[in-house]
Amino acid sequence: MIFLRYAVWRFITMLLTLAVVSVLVFVIINLPPGDYLSNQIAELRATGQAEGVAKAEFLRHEYSLDQPIWKQYLIWAGAAPGPQGYAGLLQGNFGWSFEFDRPVGEIVGDALWMTVLVNLAAVLFVYLIALPLGVLAAAKSETWVDYTAGFIGYLGLATPNFLLALILFYYGHRYFDLPIGGLMAPELEGEPMSWAKVQSILLHLIVPTFVIGTAGAAAMMQRLRANMLDELDKPYVDTAKAKGLGPARLLAKYPLRMAFNPFVADIGNLLPAMISGSVLVSVVLGLQTIGPALLIALKSQDQFLAAFILMFVALLTLIGTMISDMLLVLLDPRIRYGARG
Amino acid sequence: MTVLLEVNDLAIGFDDAASIVDGVSFCVNAGETLALVGESGSGKTLTCRSVLRILPDAAQLRRGSIHFHGANRSADLMSLSEKTMRDIRGDCISMIFQEPMRALSPLHRLGNQVAEVLWLHRNMGRAEAKRRVLEQFEQVGFADPERAWCSYPFEMSGGMRQRAMIAMAMIAKPELLIADEPTTALDVTTQAQVLGLIRSLQKETGMGVILVTHDLGVVANMAQQVVVMNKGRVMESGLAKDVLGAPAHPYTAKLFAAAPMIPQVATPARAPSHDDVILDLRNVSKTYTMRAAGWRKPISIPACQNVDLQVERGKTLAIVGESGSGKTTCARIAMGAETPDLGGEVLFRPAKNADAIPVHTMNSAERTSFQRQAQMVFQDPYSSLSPRMRIQDALTEPMEIHGIGSKSDRRDKAAEMLSWVGLDANMMRRFPHAFSGGQRQRLSIARALTLDPKLLICDEPTSALDVSVQDQILSLLEDIRERANLSYLFISHDLAVVARIADEVAVMRAGVIVEQAAPDTLFYNPQHPYTKALIAAQPEPDIGRPIDLDLVAKGAGSPRLWPEAFRFEGLQAPALRELEPGHKVRCHA
Repeated sequence: MIFLRYAVWRFITMLLTLAVVSVLVFVIINLPPGDYLSNQIAELRATGQAEGVAKAEFLRHEYSLDQPIWKQYLIWAGAAPGPQGYAGLLQGNFGWSFEFDRPVGEIVGDALWMTVLVNLAAVLFVYLIALPLGVLAAAKSETWVDYTAGFIGYLGLATPNFLLALILFYYGHRYFDLPIGGLMAPELEGEPMSWAKVQSILLHLIVPTFVIGTAGAAAMMQRLRANMLDELDKPYVDTAKAKGLGPARLLAKYPLRMAFNPFVADIGNLLPAMISGSVLVSVVLGLQTIGPALLIALKSQDQFLAAFILMFVALLTLIGTMISDMLLVLLDPRIRYGARG
Repeated sequence: MTVLLEVNDLAIGFDDAASIVDGVSFCVNAGETLALVGESGSGKTLTCRSVLRILPDAAQLRRGSIHFHGANRSADLMSLSEKTMRDIRGDCISMIFQEPMRALSPLHRLGNQVAEVLWLHRNMGRAEAKRRVLEQFEQVGFADPERAWCSYPFEMSGGMRQRAMIAMAMIAKPELLIADEPTTALDVTTQAQVLGLIRSLQKETGMGVILVTHDLGVVANMAQQVVVMNKGRVMESGLAKDVLGAPAHPYTAKLFAAAPMIPQVATPARAPSHDDVILDLRNVSKTYTMRAAGWRKPISIPACQNVDLQVERGKTLAIVGESGSGKTTCARIAMGAETPDLGGEVLFRPAKNADAIPVHTMNSAERTSFQRQAQMVFQDPYSSLSPRMRIQDALTEPMEIHGIGSKSDRRDKAAEMLSWVGLDANMMRRFPHAFSGGQRQRLSIARALTLDPKLLICDEPTSALDVSVQDQILSLLEDIRERANLSYLFISHDLAVVARIADEVAVMRAGVIVEQAAPDTLFYNPQHPYTKALIAAQPEPDIGRPIDLDLVAKGAGSPRLWPEAFRFEGLQAPALRELEPGHKVRCHA
């Protein structure tokens, strides 16, 4: 009951935050002088192509770029009527990409799901690696186990992602016959979902997941180790020992539960860090995520495309934070009772 | 009489250093209590923990033997494998720790934490274990065992947590209970009740108890056998009545002399006069508002109400009360660190016949001068000195802030104050970590004195210290009061400490002053049930004067349960009436 009320409340605040984020995103993208079309018009004028100018002027009006910025925002969000009536984010219309000359929704379509997939896999990887290693390093602190785990972790932090990607591709292909580049075999692209396609995607995911996840896993492992070490000295650990609890059960039930909070709270932060961190990796590995599209859009001031991608990343982050907040409430009675007030 | 535990020639040390505990031997008999007495650093905690082998990783058991002779199993605890040792922990031998706040996991329900012992050692099913735990909860004094079962530790008071801890230690009916300072973190009335509980459980089950404590009063109330430890060695051991009756070793005698006691008073004191008041709290109340989540109404929590107190120039006014009684709020308001609710005011009179300055409506010049004249000594000498500042810098900083004197003047003043508190001026270049707890408290007193204050507010200045050190600090405070003509507002939870230093005592409970008088009057003729409970709960190092638990129970409960004449609920407290000159009690007419 308490939890449900909290979840609803948290959801409402998430929507509000999203609205604020949309304003920020729109303003920031519009901060540089000019826009895609006015740049184009200037270029056309300079080269004396008058008919192109007329078309660009038409587009400028069509997409309301001649309106004041607050009105542009409202039209983009779908809260005010533009030349086509209400047709903005709220109505599911994501705008037009000038660079690709296609609707934004069409360009990002599949890439959205691939982004979610790649990053979810990376997050899972981070947790699966960091949890056991962090706990082990703390439980056996200052022994060779700890030092080895720490060394591997720092290696992961220090190696540039794209370099790691290239190395892994080379050896992966040579010894394990792993595919190079892309997220699925080229012949399957555009095909409907099938067992062969799922298999191909999973196979293609191995290297990117590893590459994107290592740095996050190393950082998370060190954090968990430090938290665990703090908890291991607490008196309640002695109490549990005095009850006659065995070492493994003791570790899992008491200090790990306590050290878990920051671990869970990180879910929200992990997502944007990985998405922005994986842009370069995606370009190098030829992954069909939204990363490369974002890079192009930002470079050419393709504002609707860039704005949509940024909104999407913000949405993922907010959902991640919401999930971690709700997990914390479930995990920690102190927070739960605080939420009750 | 069967011997339950035999410890022989025990030695414990760290790394390559000399042994911290050396040559300790004692025996615990079934059904008896053995008290391990000593000050901090005496090795008593290491000794008792070595029985269960719950020691810091770096500690080594170097020598000796620990033999346990239980009804069903006997073993040399030092040579058992870790796995067999786990079967003994919690089952045959269990332990209670000092801080119930930190010794219970905040994330697990009490029921779960207590029942875990049964799941581990008795192979009990969930329903069966729960039934046993509820029984045990009832036995340790939970009014509603079902509620305790599903409560978290942070929902409970310190006393209730320690009861849960005791329930956890007792649930498997151990033959030996080790209690490591089980009541040190508790208020004196709660301490009396928890000690009473341990004693009655012992009577029922016939278990042996090792009680680790620094308080000879607790020993006198609980133990049959005493082992006095100092610096890892046994100074004296024997029957409690012999050791306490006629301490043979000078160290025991020293502990004895330092133990604070409530004096036996034959005649009441004269009424304290109030003709030259330095600090005047008038009708001070403070209500805190707790912000509630979302759109619900915020909750108001009254911390103290209608406090009227006068500190006489050159005298000491003490406020005594348990945690949550509002005494610290009063001190903070007196300092100007908090503003009182509307209608209350605090007046400060720098000199006799000078104009009184209202502390909470001062302009900034007045405030600066007030801060020079009113200084504070804090409770915890370990955290009230910056670890990165040399003593010299810590002592000269207040003068620097107020722009007093030249650099060398300030240094001379700091050196002078150091000699006042009994420390040497050549220690000025050192950092705080080079000093013991008592020395640090001397340093904070010296720091408070550097501005030549007129009023010193002492917030539990001795409660973090060992008894013998506490004694020295109290003497120092008395000495300085005469020397510098200081006035003290002294906050404490310990009536015996206050007995010695105060000229007038105000006893607080639930945010109000329940009784106020000169200490001798208070001890000669206590009127309020809570004052009586406080006096009765004070453990005396005298076997002939055990704690009267009935008297404690009568006054220590909720104000709703006090006798008719004193009873009140919520904010509806009766007025403070003057029974005789200088003796006020809060009661219905």
